[in-house]
Amino acid sequence: MPDKPDRNAIEVVNVSKIFGSGEGQVAALDKVSVSIRENEFFTLLGPSGCGKTTLLRLIAGFDFPTAGEILLYGQDIAPLPPFKRPVNTVFQSYALFPHMTVADNIGFGLEMLGKPRAEIKARVAEMLKLVKMEALAGRRTGQISGGQQQRVALARALAPQPKVLLLDEPLSALDYKLRKEMQIELKRLQHETGITFIFVTHDQEEALTMSDRIAVMSSGKILQVGSPWDIYDKPAERFVADFIGETNFLTAAISGVGSGKARATLKSGTTIEATVAEGFQPKDNATVVVRPEHAKLTKDKGDLSGTVENIVYFGTDTHIHVHLDSGEAFTVRQQNTRSAGCGFERGDKVGIIVGNDAAQVLRD
Amino acid sequence: MATAEEVAKAAERRDVRDRWLLSAPALLVILFAATGPLLIVLVYSFLTPGAYGDVKWQFSADAWTSVFLERDIFDDTLSLAAAHVTIFWRSIKLAVVTTLATLALGFPTAYFMATRSEKTRDLWLFLITIPFWTNLLIRTFAVLQIIRNEGIVNTILLKLGIVSAPIQILYTDTAILIGMAYVYLPLMVLPIYASMEKLDFRLVEAGYDLYATRFKVLRKIIFPLVKPGVIAGSILVFIPALGAYVTPSVLGGGKNMMLSNLIELQFGQGRNWPLGSALSITVMIIVMAALLAYVRNAGKSGVRHG
Repeated sequence: MPDKPDRNAIEVVNVSKIFGSGEGQVAALDKVSVSIRENEFFTLLGPSGCGKTTLLRLIAGFDFPTAGEILLYGQDIAPLPPFKRPVNTVFQSYALFPHMTVADNIGFGLEMLGKPRAEIKARVAEMLKLVKMEALAGRRTGQISGGQQQRVALARALAPQPKVLLLDEPLSALDYKLRKEMQIELKRLQHETGITFIFVTHDQEEALTMSDRIAVMSSGKILQVGSPWDIYDKPAERFVADFIGETNFLTAAISGVGSGKARATLKSGTTIEATVAEGFQPKDNATVVVRPEHAKLTKDKGDLSGTVENIVYFGTDTHIHVHLDSGEAFTVRQQNTRSAGCGFERGDKVGIIVGNDAAQVLRD
Repeated sequence: MATAEEVAKAAERRDVRDRWLLSAPALLVILFAATGPLLIVLVYSFLTPGAYGDVKWQFSADAWTSVFLERDIFDDTLSLAAAHVTIFWRSIKLAVVTTLATLALGFPTAYFMATRSEKTRDLWLFLITIPFWTNLLIRTFAVLQIIRNEGIVNTILLKLGIVSAPIQILYTDTAILIGMAYVYLPLMVLPIYASMEKLDFRLVEAGYDLYATRFKVLRKIIFPLVKPGVIAGSILVFIPALGAYVTPSVLGGGKNMMLSNLIELQFGQGRNWPLGSALSITVMIIVMAALLAYVRNAGKSGVRHG
């Protein structure tokens, strides 16, 4: 991870947002606090209805928080209308102005800021080049493809050089290949412009591949903030582990906690080493997670034993579903080679080896 | 056996035939109730007036010359018919002002309606259409009741001591304008609302996001996008307003003649059907010219329709 200055671009302090009143009250955000650093690609990740878009709209100024503060470089912007915030948004629907050309769309923000005409022209040209849309500057937005609209939306939001760029699931309307392309493109743009990006998505893969840091949200709360590595390898809660990637959950008794490590005694009686968060109190009924690719299947005796229940071929790898003797389910992901099959068959008695650094104890 | 191509062609022929059959009743109505009478009016405008109304089948261009010109009865010279010009101008002015007034009132109304929740929108739509349930004449008399010297407005103003004597509104141009704006407002609101309802309000948010103030968003985003509705509404108001008959007569007290009164006069006491016909067609030409100019002008910088 490249060095990031420690200055915070956005600080969200104890922000709540309640929609409706009386009986029909819904808390979309419940005392959320998070700091987003300057020049960072920050992702709000969560299922629909978790409050991620609400948080983004509060930062943009389309809605106002019920309680709490939103600081932009130390200044409280929560009471400001959207047109007074140096923050721009890329909308999920792109929201391009259909009655204007591509170039006019990109220049709109600058025009509203009252910039001189020559400057607008130069900046629009620069933006068109940045998103590789020079050839289509004079087109109406209805005459260009979805991917191109996406680029125009980006250019339009970047043109006024906002302090923070907000992106509300901007890739969700694109097909798989284009989405992959735009993911790389977005990373490039963020790197080239040096603008802080706050990206909202429900796609965990997208979050992992693009972000410097991720905040995982659920039911109006932020559950965990960390780098993609942290989030994936050291999920703090069941929800995080479950939402991001595939995971095996095992019940274990935890003992011998110290310096981030602990001994986890599984139902099978085997004891494995697991990583644990600071300050974890030993207990009998904890949950340990193991990623499918961090375990290995063997025909000999392993840390766990069970029967192969199902084998699913995925091209790059194969998922082998094992029914453990303890009654739990466990999936192992095995990289495919060209020559042979996966080497196991349904009904095989197998052992599972859990690597030394593969297991993580959950907080709850 | 028929080839696929033949089958497709036959289906297409059937399709075309069905379409004509289905539209035949409407076409017949238009032909006999609109185009036919219009042709009669056109023919009449080139005939000679009969002594007791009707026409004599004898060609004459007199009716057309007297639309804007008048012949001196003594020396037979032609001069501008000042009375006609005044009446034309008065009617056009009233139609334009009515259109502007309904636009000024109708645009915010439509915006208000379109920004309500879906359920309440239907209620507002319903309320807007309620005046159509009543006869135009009755609606006009209702306005008369409100604005006359002993009417609601003046009574309240007098009781509150805001004025010492009733304000004379009835039988003035203001009265006509109030009546016209009231009668034609729904025709302006409905098409604007139809456009506004389709407006993607995320575009409005995008405008705010890009530093546009409320006024700029209205001018640069909302207005251009609902312009088709504004144009449709203006047309729907302008055309009938130009030929308005009941409202100016009742509320204006018949002091100032409007185009409709002038035309009526020719077919009635004036017994000059050809002149009446020529005047009618002139009004039509004015409307068409105005519409063409308006639509062209509005379409130049604006949105494509649809």
